[in-house]
Amino acid sequence: MNPIIFNLEKLPDWFGVLPEIILLVFAALVIILDLFVSQKKILAAVSLIGIIASGALSLGFWGTELSFFNGLILTDSFAVFFKLLFLGVSFLIVLASEDYVNSFRRLQGEYYALLLLATTGMMLMAGAGDITTVYVSLELTGISLYALTGFLKDRKSTEAALKYLLLGAIASAVLLYGLALIFGITGKTGLGEIARAVQAQLSGSASVSPALFLGLVLLIAGFGFKIASIPFHMWVPDVYEGAPTTVTAFLSVASKAAGFAIIMRVITSVFAAPDWLARDWATVFAVLSVLTMTAANIVAIPQSNIKRMLGYSSIAQAGYLMVGLAALGSSPFPGALAGMSPAQSGVLFFLASYAFTNLGAFTAITIIAQKIGSDEIADYAGMGRRSPLLALALTFCLVSLIGIPPASGFMAKFYIFRAAVQADLLWLVIIAVINSVISAYYYLRVVKVMWLESPPSAEKVPSSALPTVSLAVSCLGVLALGTIPGLIMKLAEMVNQFMP
Amino acid sequence: MGLAAAFWVMAVFAVAAALLVVSLRNIFRTALALIVCFIAVAGLYITLSADFLAAAQILVYVGAISVLIILAIMMTREVRQGNPANRPLKLPVLAVAVVLLGLLVYVVVASPWQVSGTPPLAPTTGPLSRLLFGSQGYVLATEICAVLILAAILGAIVLAKEKEE
Repeated sequence: MNPIIFNLEKLPDWFGVLPEIILLVFAALVIILDLFVSQKKILAAVSLIGIIASGALSLGFWGTELSFFNGLILTDSFAVFFKLLFLGVSFLIVLASEDYVNSFRRLQGEYYALLLLATTGMMLMAGAGDITTVYVSLELTGISLYALTGFLKDRKSTEAALKYLLLGAIASAVLLYGLALIFGITGKTGLGEIARAVQAQLSGSASVSPALFLGLVLLIAGFGFKIASIPFHMWVPDVYEGAPTTVTAFLSVASKAAGFAIIMRVITSVFAAPDWLARDWATVFAVLSVLTMTAANIVAIPQSNIKRMLGYSSIAQAGYLMVGLAALGSSPFPGALAGMSPAQSGVLFFLASYAFTNLGAFTAITIIAQKIGSDEIADYAGMGRRSPLLALALTFCLVSLIGIPPASGFMAKFYIFRAAVQADLLWLVIIAVINSVISAYYYLRVVKVMWLESPPSAEKVPSSALPTVSLAVSCLGVLALGTIPGLIMKLAEMVNQFMP
Repeated sequence: MGLAAAFWVMAVFAVAAALLVVSLRNIFRTALALIVCFIAVAGLYITLSADFLAAAQILVYVGAISVLIILAIMMTREVRQGNPANRPLKLPVLAVAVVLLGLLVYVVVASPWQVSGTPPLAPTTGPLSRLLFGSQGYVLATEICAVLILAAILGAIVLAKEKEE
């Protein structure tokens, strides 16, 4: 099982962040090359090579359980899973950006560099083992994404960037306050040390100290912003609509996955013991989940802009994911064994499925918007005749978002809901299923407009090669996860065996 | 005893200045009150034996951020226009602030904080640098901050570049 051939005692600290360092080097390379090359497609190629190199190095840490820099960074299978997810997403985004970058021709170097930097930040988040690295990697991701949001430099895009920056700064402040309170009450910064200190303080008592309680609440609020859970979602509709579509796709997939990675790293494993503490935050996640799913699905119905609609849809998806978090805290075997629960592998599977599905949907939208110059759902009329394959791909992704087989969204919901039922959360599953039915209404409306309404013109909607490849890969991923889910589930369960 | 007295004097200054920041109508005076608040907080740090933090507070907040704020005011609006305060929200905001204050005071008073027990170091610069840059400390977090600044510079370039035609 252990693929490491080096002497573990002698590994230098920088070895633990080698994948991130490689990605950084390529980001710097992109910035420098940007000055000299006139053919900007080279920058995309360099980014892709960097992502592949970083992914290959990350893979080398699969199955290990090492910590570097005195525990500041961990390289376990959990981290590797997320690193590969982030790298995969940014790979597909770079591919999908081929035509889109023409809307900001002069800023292409910065675009690819910031994309790589944001990915670096997310990879560090997945491996963070200390509240200091949690915070700075979160900020690295945040700053890169704020800038990327404003790339179009028109009114909407600038407003989106400003809103994202301001609300993001408040969320960071809230998170930092929570981290400070937890440090004050435990006196530790390492996640493992904090878990032990909390366990020692709470063993035998039946209530938390006010500081720990408030700290936990503030952490959930701060991370809730990242995963766009209601009521911390105010930024989503405007930012998703205003940001460049490729960036919106990146935000809705990678940034959300990073939020869940950090929640599972910080909240659901550090505060997993004693049982009643786990059940406390599980209840919070259950309530947030109900709010998030229901409100987002209802607000999504009247949306006429497809980016906004998918924005609300992605909030709703975070709601389903939180069902998994609630199950994680109230599962029958919490505590030290929480990492082994099916809820966690369910969340990981859902995130992988959601990544392919949403990326596919957004790539299709990017291609369509590039040709018809609109994001309004009404303008998608007759897309089924103008560009059958494109419409088919988008339909398939929307079907997956509803959760209908054979698309992966079905298996994803199945795993999470099954874990929740096992954790005695039947009521939550019922609400989630009702919500899935509501969501079918607005997803299928797009499908209806595309296939049943007559097109305004018979002109075909052609697409260029690379975005199409990206779309095809996403759809294949959705299909593969939906038809042979056992494979990735095996991987997700292997991740759990190595969670601390 | 002297330190404790200084602490409370600084605390009163900081709170009073902060209240002025939110209540003054003139946005330029608000900025000046904010500077007073920053200095008072630096004073708090000194009375708590955090000498390096106090110096950093003066350099970064009083030195750089205040200048930035005042420049931003000068360049974006007529100073005489005053503070565009959102009047209808005043009471709810006050209520939220008071509740939050009560909550935080309760948390501070009622929680069993971890106290190290060792006397404060003087000066703190050496040990801090070992924590930030030493191999046994938080050097990785410091390095990530460097990358963060790179990302921020790239973002600033993007914002500053004129829109292409």
